[in-house]
This record gives sequence, structure tokens and C-alpha cells, in this order.
Amino acid sequence: MVFMAVTGFAIARLRNLFGVVMLTGIFSLMSAVLYVVLDAVDVAFTEAAVGAGIATVLMLSTLALTSSEERVSEDGKPMWALGLVVVTGAVLIYGTLDMPPFGDAYAPIHHHVAPRYLERSGQEVGIPNVVTSILASYRGYDTLGEVYVIFTAACGVLLIIGQPKRGRRRTLRMLVGEMRHGMRQNVILRVVSKLLIPFILVFALYVQWHGDFGPGGGFQAGVIFASGFILYALIFDVDTSRMVVPSGVTRLLLALGVLLYAGVGVVGLLRGGNFLNYSVLAEEQTVGQHLGILLVEFGVGLTVAAAMITIFFTFARQEH
Amino acid sequence: MEFLGLLNYWIIVVLMMTGFYIVIAHNNLVKKIVGLNIFQVSVFVFYITMAKVKGGTPPILAEGIEIYSNPLPHVLILTAIVVGVATTALGLALVVRIRDAYGTIEDDEIEAQENEL
Amino acid sequence: MAAHYPALQVVLALLAAPVCLILRRPNAAWAVATVITWISLALALSLLGRVWETGVILYPMGDWAAPWGIEYQIDTVNAFMLVIVTLIGSVVMPFARASVEAEIEEERIYLFYCMYLLNLAGLLGIAITGDVFNLFVFLEISSLSSYVMISLGRDKRALTAAYRYLVMGTIGATFYLIGVGMMYMMTGTLNMADLATILPAVADSRTVMVALGFLTVGLGLKLALFPLHLWLPNAYAYAPSAVTVFLAATGTKVAVYAFIRIFFTVFGGVEIFTAGVIPEILAVLAALAMIGASAVAIYQTDVKRLLAYSSIAQIGYMVLGISMVTVTGLAGTIVHLFNHAIMKGGLFMAMGCILFKIGSVQLDQFEGLGKRMPVTMAAFVAGGFSLIGVPLTVGFVSKWYLVQAALEKGWWLAVAVILVSSLMAVIYIWRVVEVAYFRPPPKGSAEVSEAPLSMLVPLWILIGASYYFGIDATRTLDIAFAAAESLFGGPL
Repeated sequence: MVFMAVTGFAIARLRNLFGVVMLTGIFSLMSAVLYVVLDAVDVAFTEAAVGAGIATVLMLSTLALTSSEERVSEDGKPMWALGLVVVTGAVLIYGTLDMPPFGDAYAPIHHHVAPRYLERSGQEVGIPNVVTSILASYRGYDTLGEVYVIFTAACGVLLIIGQPKRGRRRTLRMLVGEMRHGMRQNVILRVVSKLLIPFILVFALYVQWHGDFGPGGGFQAGVIFASGFILYALIFDVDTSRMVVPSGVTRLLLALGVLLYAGVGVVGLLRGGNFLNYSVLAEEQTVGQHLGILLVEFGVGLTVAAAMITIFFTFARQEH
Repeated sequence: MEFLGLLNYWIIVVLMMTGFYIVIAHNNLVKKIVGLNIFQVSVFVFYITMAKVKGGTPPILAEGIEIYSNPLPHVLILTAIVVGVATTALGLALVVRIRDAYGTIEDDEIEAQENEL
Repeated sequence: MAAHYPALQVVLALLAAPVCLILRRPNAAWAVATVITWISLALALSLLGRVWETGVILYPMGDWAAPWGIEYQIDTVNAFMLVIVTLIGSVVMPFARASVEAEIEEERIYLFYCMYLLNLAGLLGIAITGDVFNLFVFLEISSLSSYVMISLGRDKRALTAAYRYLVMGTIGATFYLIGVGMMYMMTGTLNMADLATILPAVADSRTVMVALGFLTVGLGLKLALFPLHLWLPNAYAYAPSAVTVFLAATGTKVAVYAFIRIFFTVFGGVEIFTAGVIPEILAVLAALAMIGASAVAIYQTDVKRLLAYSSIAQIGYMVLGISMVTVTGLAGTIVHLFNHAIMKGGLFMAMGCILFKIGSVQLDQFEGLGKRMPVTMAAFVAGGFSLIGVPLTVGFVSKWYLVQAALEKGWWLAVAVILVSSLMAVIYIWRVVEVAYFRPPPKGSAEVSEAPLSMLVPLWILIGASYYFGIDATRTLDIAFAAAESLFGGPL
């Protein structure tokens, strides 16, 4: 954690934005390691894929489109900011004084709501990964909201920097040029990535279906799946990979994923339960829960993968 | 012992404030987003830290394990990470457009241009 | 089916958003969004009716009992909020059609309605939920979609306005998250009603005090509490007209609701609110907002910006009502949530009509508008009366009860602040009226006709409502007082 603090300070000082972005990625990876130490394997998985992966790629493409050097400000403006930060920090430290000490098994959070998940999710939901049980079932509604957040972001990026329609002919022309240019690129890189990408996609599917038993699930799978395509785009070129996944298809998948999730909820409602009740999906409660979780996780995977691909390609196709 | 137990939280506070400082003190729009990221990640670390139980294992049910760490904060933070990356993506998209419209991504230069309008 | 209305209230809009994305046609997307908002309004009204007759409605998502699952808890306060949000949402839709077509490129319109529905769902989700973390998730849905919609304004300042709102909004949300984390740490629960029963036992710990502080600042950023309002004026001024109408009438209102919910329900059983210094601080901030923002409004040359500053002042009124911690004060705030939504919605719609026809809302462009667009300007004047608080308008009703609440507490200074701020409203409304009615149209300017009926009718519905509920305020006041009393009745 001390390493993280050092990295944080370095980010604050550094003026070169490429360096800053790289350090942010490292910062995020360190936090992922920390999550593993603190038993949060699912979170670590996600943070590594998102924070260190997707966010870094997005920041780099933004820098490519803007500028990579931060201008040195000459005025002493940050003084009030420093004051505000010190005050806020002091308030927070004051707030920590009555907190239960780290790792204390008697702290209130381990005694009111949480024990039931650990004790009864085995019978009620029937899958070993408690995080998945809570994520997809007990607090499934939060997760639905979360998928909608990423859906909102993807639509938003399309709306803000998406180029409507006119691109098609130009894309084709560029494609020819790019391919010729691509031939000159590093052969080893291309061969290795060609070998690697199928494995990434298969691994994503594994993560998708394995989320019930070990760490993983729709969100991580979606990100990994998308990163397969992003890698392809980075090494070959954006337009070729765009041909593999046309924007119409990603857009459709983006919508279908959230519709699948919400749809499963509505089916539960039609079969006599409340919204998002999976138990009524089948005769037996755990079978229904299992089915429901598989379906919604698949919905999450679809939307997240489509959203990440959409966001990345929209950034990548900007001209400067 | 009392203070050692809280040390973790203090480091987290320092992390949070580093991020917060980057957001409010820096002029560069991309760097502000980086600051927001760091601020948010440190809040995530805060949640995960409070979930840890000494001697606990990851909350995946298995035979013969008695103590698990608290799974609920893990779930909350999974959600929050997604929210974080969604915000980052939108923020960066706006930065790209701002750069197109103003020709700069330094906040004070943009402000100067706006005052002339 | 009626039992599932609470879920459908939010889920319908959520389901409709991806449908808009698939349809990809502006008119189809508009039709879907319109039908869905109208159905949502019907659902909200029926929920309000049911709460009124039978009391609190509980709806556990996925049939997992709270506090293990997420539960919707609907009492008079949130049912009333649902009605406000869906009412404005439905009136904006017919107005939006022409206005959006004029201000946003055609290829993007279907995505715009997708965002609009997401924003609606987000706001409804905040208003209806009984879980503090679920509130955060829906807060983010509504915030992200607001940033996007604001950035669509034609002026390039819309982009920076959206960016600054994004940064400040995210800081606010993160502060809220820190507060929730600290509360969770001390209680082990996220359910509001459950928190309310457990918190008193740990209320004197420093962690909970700090948690309350962070929740206050976080939500304060969202509701544009002075001095955390810096994002608001440009966001309202440069957003597309339909967006400004919707956000000004609902966005900050829902944040005020969340504020009330945290203070009176979650911390309802805790002494720190009634005994501490927090009410005094809030009252001072509210007074500063009412005077300061009104003063700034007087000097604006962009009329949309002028109205935005007036909104900050009006938020001051609401916070003042909260800070009194009495039933009358709180009822004044709640009724003002509704009243301000309809009158400010109407005023911003008038701006939308002018922008549609003239292409600018700079004050000097208003010369002679009283004769050139008489229907729109008459609506502006009528709405302006309400903003000032002339008798027979809704503005008068809210101010009457806020003044009464202040008198009950013996806060003479607060009464004076309300009066001074109303006088300042007279000045800034008069400036617009003077230019529009008493100056001839600039020579050689093009003939300007009235805005289309699809925009004028929604405008007059809102302005008409601000008189209807001003003359016969019994219904809204009954609801507001019942809501305020239920908030003081302790946990749900």
C-alpha cells in the first residue's frame, strides 16, 4: 500500500501525460494485488482487466488525440486546493478513530447482514461463489443498474464522439491503404497475436461460465472478450477488425444484453414472483436460481463486451 | 495495537487525498480524470479493507473452511468499478470533443477563451 | 399486476432504452419514449393513490427480504417525487419533439431519447429505493446520462459545462460512497429502514459523524447547494432546451429528496441533527444562496443563465425549509419541490420556444418580443409572477408556508431573507419584461412568428398548473403535510 502512495505522489508530480497514464495503470495493478491479499479475488480480477487494461487503453487513445504534455502552470493557484485536501483528509482521519481495527472479526459489518449470505446462500442459491450469489441474485438489482451504467456510457460515447453514417465508403478506401501499410508491420507480433487471440476468447468464455464456482462471471468475461478484439485492432488495424464486428452488430448486442437481464426479471414477475426472482423459473428453487444466474451473467457479458468494443472503436476512429 | 489496526485506513486516506488533490488542483483535463480514477480506486480499497477478516479466506464456499471474508463489500465494489470506468470513458470522450472545439486541454486556457465569448 | 407497479415504475423505462437503440429511427424512438413516460405517470399516480389509502408499500426485489436483498419502500414522500418526475417527463415529451429536432442532428436523435429514458429511470430509481447503495447506482445512471445530454447543446461551452459537471458530480458521488462505506462499517447494513434502527446506538461515534458530513457534502454537490453550485449555471444555460427543462425541473429536486431521506429517515432516530450545528449551517448557506444567487441573476445577459441562477436561489428556499426541522418547514420544502418544478419547467420551456424561433436567448435579442411572440412571452410573465410569489400562484403558496414556518421558530431574519430575495426576483424578471414589452423590435429584423402548438401547449399546461395549484392548493398541501409528518414519525 505504501507503494501505491508513492505511485500516487509520482502521478501528481509528473508532467508527461504518457508517464502519468502508465503509472495509473501500475497503480491499478497494485490495487488488484492488494485485493487478492485481502481475499477479494473477484474484485482483483475486475480491477486488473478494467483499471489496468481498458481504462489505460482509453486514456492512451485520448492522449493520441489531444496532447501528451501537461503545461506547467506558473501561478500558485494550488494553495487553496492543498488546504481543502488537508482539511478533508484531517476530517477523514478523525472519522477513522472510532473504526473497528483492521481484520477484526467482531466488527459490526461481519455480524448483521453478511453472515446470512455465507451460511445460507449454499442452500438458497446453490452455488459456491458467494460473491456471485450476492451479485446476481440477492443484490441482482444493483447489478442490473450497473449494467445499465455501462450501457449508458457506451451510448453516451456514441452520442458524444460517434460519427453517424457517412463513414462507409471512406472506411473501405482506408482499409486498402491500411492493409498495405500493415504488411510492413512486425511479423512476429502479428503471428503471436494471431495465436493468442483465440485463446483469449476461449478464456473469456471459460470465465463466463465458471463464475459460479470460482472467481469470474459475466463482467470479467465481457472485458476479456472485448480485449481480444482490441488487441487485434491494435496490432492489425482498426478498420479490419471493424469489419469483423460491424457497428450494427455490437449495437444490437449492447441492447440485447441489457434486455436479456431485465427480461429474465420480467419472466420471474410473470411467473408469480417479484421482479428478478429466479426461484420461480424452475420447479426447484436452486435450479431456478442457477438458471437465472447463468442467464443474467450472460446478459452482463454480452453488454459489457459490446460496450467495451463500442467505446474503444469510437475512440479509435476519431481523426485529429 | 490499536493504532496499528487503523494504520491501513490512514494510508488509504492519504491515497484518497492524493487523487482528490490531482482533481482540484491540476489544470489539465486528462490529468483531472486520472485524479478521479485514483480517488475512486482508493475508496474501493477502503471498502475491500473493511471486508477483510483476519485468518479468513476468499468467500467461495468449500469444505472445511470456517472463516470467510465479508463478501458484500466485494459485490459493491465490483459495481463501483464499472461505474468508475463508465465515468472515465465519458469524461475522456468529452475531453476529445473539447480539444476539437477549443484546441487545448488546459482548463485555464479554455476559461480565457470562454471569457472572450 | 398492480402488486408489481413499484418494479415496473423503473423497469419500463429501463426496458425501453435499449429498444430505442435497436429502432434507430428518430420518430419511433420519440414515440416509444412518449408512451413509456405517460405509462410511468399513470403508474406513479396509482402508487400515490395506494400509498395515500393503505400506507407504506414494500417491494423486495427478487423476493429476498431486506436487509439481505434490495427493497423498494414507498411512502408519501417518494410517491409524490415519482409523480413530480413522471409528470414533468410526460409534459416535456411533446415539447421535445420539435425542439430536439431543431437543436440536435438527426442521426443522433434516437440516441438522445435513449439517454432521456435512462435519465428518467435513474431519477425514478433514486426516488423509489430503500437501499443506500442502490441509490448510488441509480444516481450514477441519471448523472452519466445528464452529462451526455448537456454536452449536446449547440454552443461549444456545453462541452466544458458537461465536463465540469462530470468532475464535480463524480466527486460528489464518491463522497457519498465514502459516507455509505462508513455507515456500513459501523452498522453492517445498507437498508435505509434498518440503518435508521441501528444508527442511534452508534451515533456518538466519530465515524458516523464524519459519514454524515460526507453524505451531506456529496449530495450537496448534486443538489447545487451554495457554495457547491458552480457546475449548474453553465450546464443549464448551454444544454439543449428540452434537457434544461427536464433537468431543472427534476434533477436537483430528486437530489433534495435524497438529502431529506438521508437526514430524516436514515438519521431519523439520531439526535445529532436536532441538537447539532448542522441546521444552523444549512440555514446560513440557504440564505446566502437566496440572496447571492438572486443578486448574480440580476446581472445576467443570457436569460437561460439568469433562470439558472434563480434556480440556485430557489434551492436555497428548499434547504431553508429543511434546516428548520419542523413539520411546517419541511412541508413547505416538499410542496415547493412540486411548485418549483412546474413553474421553472414552464419558464425554461418559454426559453425553448424563443430559442426555437430566434436562435438565441441573449437579453438584447428580446427587444419587442412581447409583440412578436405574444403567447410565449405571456407565459413567461405568468411564470415570472409565480417565481416572485404573487398571490394566486404556486410560488406564493410555498413562500407563505416557509414564512409561516420561520415565524413559528421566531426566525425573523429568515423572513427578511425570503422577502428580500423575492424583491430581487421582481428586479430580474422585470428586466426581461422591460426589454420584451417596452422596447421596439430592432429595425430590419426578420418577421418572427409563434412557436408551433406542440411546444406552446406543454408550456401552457405547466404555466396553467402553476395557477391551478396556486388557487386551490389543498391537494398538494395535504400531501406535503402528510409527507412531512411521516418523515417525523421516525423510521418507516
